[in-house]
This record gives sequence, structure tokens and C-alpha cells, in this order.
Amino acid sequence: MNEFLYLAATVVLAMVALGLFRILYGAGEADRLMSAQLIGSGGVAVLLLLSVTMASSAIVDVALLLALLAAFASVAFVSTAEELRASVSESEAGDDPDS
Amino acid sequence: MTLILDVFTIAAVTVGVFFFVIAALAFLRFPDGLTRLHALTKVDNVGLGLIVFGLLPQAGSVMGALKLICVWLLVQFSGAIVTQLIARSTRREGQEA
Amino acid sequence: MASVFDVTLVCLILAVGAWSTFARLTFSAIVIFIVYGLLLSLAWVRLAAVDVALTEAAIGSGVTGMLLLNAVARLRSTDAAPTPSRSSVNIAAGVFCTLITASLAGLVLVPPQVPVSLAPSVMESLGQSGLGNPVAGVLFVYRSLDTLLEKVVLVLALIAVWSLAPDGLWGGKPALRPFPQRDSVLIFLARTVPPIGIMVGIYMFWVGADEPGGAFQGGAVLAAMWILVMIAGLAAVPPTSSHALRLALIVGPVVFLAIGILGIFLTGTFLAYPEGYAKPLIIAIEATLTVSIGVTLAMHVVGPPEKEWRS
Repeated sequence: MNEFLYLAATVVLAMVALGLFRILYGAGEADRLMSAQLIGSGGVAVLLLLSVTMASSAIVDVALLLALLAAFASVAFVSTAEELRASVSESEAGDDPDS
Repeated sequence: MTLILDVFTIAAVTVGVFFFVIAALAFLRFPDGLTRLHALTKVDNVGLGLIVFGLLPQAGSVMGALKLICVWLLVQFSGAIVTQLIARSTRREGQEA
Repeated sequence: MASVFDVTLVCLILAVGAWSTFARLTFSAIVIFIVYGLLLSLAWVRLAAVDVALTEAAIGSGVTGMLLLNAVARLRSTDAAPTPSRSSVNIAAGVFCTLITASLAGLVLVPPQVPVSLAPSVMESLGQSGLGNPVAGVLFVYRSLDTLLEKVVLVLALIAVWSLAPDGLWGGKPALRPFPQRDSVLIFLARTVPPIGIMVGIYMFWVGADEPGGAFQGGAVLAAMWILVMIAGLAAVPPTSSHALRLALIVGPVVFLAIGILGIFLTGTFLAYPEGYAKPLIIAIEATLTVSIGVTLAMHVVGPPEKEWRS
């Protein structure tokens, strides 16, 4: 059983890592937020799987913290992304937003 | 009895992981922000939900199982709100571009 | 199969770490850095150091992310013209980093013949303190002076942040950037999640005596919840001259210090707990520390005073 759950955890980890590639190519600010959101949910799933394989209920608490603070991090991201966009459009389209 | 529960766990977790796989692929392949967001929400709801569902028989105690469900509900709840925030941000991004 | 998971995790941590260093856009770099922190807390879990994993999860995806994002927003005006740094400085920094890495690698790869561990003797006498969590035992019984100084450092760092304010604004109000669009969804989030978060924060501190957890993790959660409420505009940012705020900042270290001094009179040793009262005293210290840590971390994120404030 543990073997299977470790396999599941590995696949989930690999998949959220795959999602990170979205940041690399052709992504807007919102896509970066989504990548973070995806890896947050994936992290919770991996932790819950590990809590069973490692037989430690304290690991569920780590997942609980992650679930709680993922929302907080996303709010901070959205807030900063919007502010940056506002400051870019103020300082007109002339300068490169990537610099 | 243990065998039945184990088979249940393996089945539910497999389907849950499958949702993670297709969501990651969709996230890479879908053409625009809102459709990618649509793919992402399936992870919070169904993917994590099925994994939690499958782990319930392995949790050891009723309280442990309840805690797993609480974590899932929390992810569901905050995920739903954050998805809306991101969607609105995407829409504004689109209007300006 | 467990080793396959571990190898995957380690490769990911290396890749994401390198990526966050080389990322061109500051905003992407921060998103990747927070992902890096999340992967690190998975690694701590695999190393059976759940206490550290909890701290990394609490501080990494909460306060640290917000601090860095604030920095990005402030750097925005100077971001457009990156000043080229001198190559001699770069080379010196590179040599210095290589030396540190090499000596760390040396310590890890060439361990002493007989590993020195105090863990068995800690576990043997842990029962006397009434605590069940060995990490809490070490923090509050064997290394309590370190723990006390760590909390004082947090307050000192906050004083350093505040002193960035111009003279006229000392005691004024920090200008937290509120969410740019007044968003009903965000307000809903800020009304519903903090009650859950406060409960989780108290639970973290309470469970810390017997299971992984503790004041720092609990305080970090409380800080994140307070900031969330302030960003949504539901609560005003307190002026830094507020007496209630300053009391909350120091109550934890002061109670810790008072109990430590009490130890001199009752047992003859600074920071020693009288026989049989160790656990209630440690709980009292941890409870007040949770409040102080939460308030201190939140004020770090909110930043130095930028607006004048008159009552």
C-alpha cells in the first residue's frame, strides 16, 4: 500500500512541476498566479499522502497551514500584480515591462 | 475487509492523481487564461477531493479522517475565492492589452 | 518507491532553486521562490523534522512572500534602469559564496568519526518538563536563552524598520498598500478565512507542547490573517505610536524575561523553572509569545511609518 501511495505522491509532484513550465513560456501575470495555486494544491495532496505513508498525523497540520496560507499568498500576488500593471500603464507603454 | 478498503483507496487515489495529470497537461496546452483557470479548478475540487476520499480508510481514527476532510474543505473554499480573484485580474489584463 | 519520490523532490528543489536565482523578472523570481519554500517544507517532512516543515510552510508562504512582494512594488520605480555592478565585486562575491558552499559541503560529506548527539539524554529527561514534544523541550528548557534572544531580535529588527522613517513621521502610520480594486470577493475572503486562521494559530501554539507546532508557527499564521484583514480594508493599520500595539509587541519577551528572573530567586538560576511548575510556565510564555510574534511579523510586513498621524 505504501509503495502505491509513494508512487501517487511522485506523480502528483511531477505534474505540478510540469505546470511550472507555464511560467517559462508565453505567460501573463495571471498564469504565474495559477502556477502557484496549482503547486499549492499539489503540495497539500503530497503532504496528505505522506501523512499516511509516514504514519504521522502532524504532517496533516503542515497541509492545513499550506491550505490556509495559499489563499493569503494568492491575494498578495494578485494585489501586487495589479499594482505593477497600474504603474506600468501610468508610466506609458514606452518602457519595456520585462525590465 | 482490509482488502476491500485497500482496493477502494487505490481506486480513488488513482482517479484523483489522474485528475492532477490531465489538469497539468490542460494547463500547459489550453489557449487562454480563463480556460486554463477552468482546468486548474478541477485539481482543487475533484483531484484533491478523490485523494482525500481514498485516504479516509487509511487515516486510522475518526478524528484523523475528519481533519483530512477539513483540509479539503478549506482548499475548496479558499480555492473558489482565489479563482474568482485571478479571473477578474485576467479580465482586466485582457482589457488593457 | 520512497527513494524515487525523494530523488524527484531533490531534483526539483535544485532546479527550482537555480531558476529563482536566474529568473529575469523580479515578480516571477518571487513566485518561484515561494514554490521553492513549499518544496523545502516537503523535504523537511521527509527528513521527519515536522516542526521545521511547519515553520517553513507558515513563514514561507505567508510573511516572507508578502515582504518580498512589497519590495518589488517599491523597487518598481528604480527597476527600469538596472545599474551594472562592477566585475571585481561580482568576482569577490562569487569566491566568497564558493568558499561557504565548499566548507558546508565539507562538513556534510566528511562527518566526524563518532557522531556527537545529545538526543538520547534529552529524551531521557524530557518527562521532567511535562512536555511531549522534544523540540519544544530543547527550545524552552535547554536552550531557553537562545529562544529568548531570538524573540528580542524580532523586536529589534522592527525598530530598525521603523527607523527608516523620516524624523517627522516617527510614531506615524505605516502606509500599507491596500488592494487596488475594492473587491467584494476579497472582502468575503477576509471576513471568512481569518476566524478559521485564528483558530488554527491557537491550535498550533497549543499543540506545540506535545506535537510539532509552537509559538512561532502560530504567530506566523496570526500575522498572515491580520495582514489579510488590513489589505482588504476591513481594519485600519495602527499608528506605530499606539500604546496597545507597543504593549502587544513586547508582552511576550517581557513575560519570558520576568519568568527567567523569577527563576533566580526560586531556583538560583536564570531561566530555570521551579520544580513541578515547568509546564504551566512554559505554556504562559508560549501564549504571550504567540501574540507578540504575530504582531511583530505583521508590523514588519506593513513597513515603516509613512503618514503623519494625530489622535
